[in-house]
Amino acid sequence: MHWSNAVLFIFLTITGFSLYGAPGFRWIGYRGTVKDLHLWVGYALPFPVLFAILTRAGAQFRKDCKRFARWTVDDSRWWRKRTRPSAKLGKFNPGQKLNAIYIGACIIVFPVTGTAMRWANVFPLWMRRGADFTHSWFAIFLLAVILGHILMAITRPEPMRAILRGTVDAKWAQHEHPRWHAEMTTASHRRDSDPPQSAPTDPEKIGSGEIAHSS
Amino acid sequence: MNQDAIEALEPEFNQNAKPYGRRAFLGIAALGSLGVVLGNRQATAVKATIGKVAIKDPTGIAKLLPINDDRWTIFTVTGGYPKRSKADYQLKISGLVDRPLTLSYNDLLQRKATSMTKDFQCVTGWRVDDVPWVGVLLRDLLDEVGVQSSATALRFTSFDGEYTESLTLEQAYRPDMLVAYQLLGRDITTAHGGPVRLYAAPMYGYKSIKWLETIEVVDKVIPGYWEERGYDIDAWVGGSNGLSDDPI
Repeated sequence: MHWSNAVLFIFLTITGFSLYGAPGFRWIGYRGTVKDLHLWVGYALPFPVLFAILTRAGAQFRKDCKRFARWTVDDSRWWRKRTRPSAKLGKFNPGQKLNAIYIGACIIVFPVTGTAMRWANVFPLWMRRGADFTHSWFAIFLLAVILGHILMAITRPEPMRAILRGTVDAKWAQHEHPRWHAEMTTASHRRDSDPPQSAPTDPEKIGSGEIAHSS
Repeated sequence: MNQDAIEALEPEFNQNAKPYGRRAFLGIAALGSLGVVLGNRQATAVKATIGKVAIKDPTGIAKLLPINDDRWTIFTVTGGYPKRSKADYQLKISGLVDRPLTLSYNDLLQRKATSMTKDFQCVTGWRVDDVPWVGVLLRDLLDEVGVQSSATALRFTSFDGEYTESLTLEQAYRPDMLVAYQLLGRDITTAHGGPVRLYAAPMYGYKSIKWLETIEVVDKVIPGYWEERGYDIDAWVGGSNGLSDDPI
């Protein structure tokens, strides 16, 4: 899901810049074609997430959504530099949560505003302009968020390895995300809704120093 | 079970957790969707504040922001920009006329120049205020070729090979329809539709065809490129496409 979103995002950014007439992207031209491509690829945006929410394969993602939805005392502690050392994080730090929340909201906002922009003959044009305005500002903010996200990723080797390989080092998890580590290493964990294949958390595997990350 | 035990079992979902994340998600999604309804007013407000500052920004970075002010969004419907040098440029006027005419760039310069400073308004919302234009009035050219009585409209084509536009004869004879070769005090750049383009002042920007190559006098209006794609043929600023902009 992460990588299909990434590919869609990159495509939509490039075509979006072209439609926006940004310097450096004007050579792309073919406004009519690019417009259609941007539109229909844009409508594909919610599908990776929907797939993860609705299918068996998305058990981990559904759990992650619950994590994103909640803000713990430790998140507040982590947020303040002074109290950060005492914060015992779960799977995601608050920055990651906000990143996911904003991107998730964008996956709704972009198709909605994009629809109002495309079918300007159905919606009144003042709506198209409001949509254009919202679409543009959300895009600028999203670009900033994603660039920050990429910057964080390339400067931190262990989480980077996690998204590439799907597992993390148990010691690292214990140190940086103790509550997640505790959750994954507790026996009761296996009683919840995870189908076994997407939760390879049997003690041997953890013993070997790896914890499964979300798909 | 005490609190610690609950935390140990489901460490993240302890009872102190607040659903702020869910609220933020729903809030942002609602805000963005509401933007369709409220954004137009916000855009005006942002234009009035940030826009004033952005104009003075020497780096030009602010021009990339969607401020809806003083920002040309350069559109082209084909790959890249069609390029034609002034030396190679030709404007052909034909159709229902007595004296068909092919003008070079220099021929245009030698005709009576008309200057006007007027706004350029795009149907998608952006408007550039007080743009100086120089060119030859369309009606001067029409008088020169002698329009026949059976004619009712003009069809324009662009040397990008794709774009077309139309005007009725009545519209074309207005004193604010210009075959333009200067924009903002300079020769029109390729990106802006140079060396020669139309400037149909009282109408939305899509009527002002770029890279103008031919003007054909015809007996009925033939809808242009965007008009075949749903936009109004008579594109008066503030009086078409369901919009209420201030007329130009």
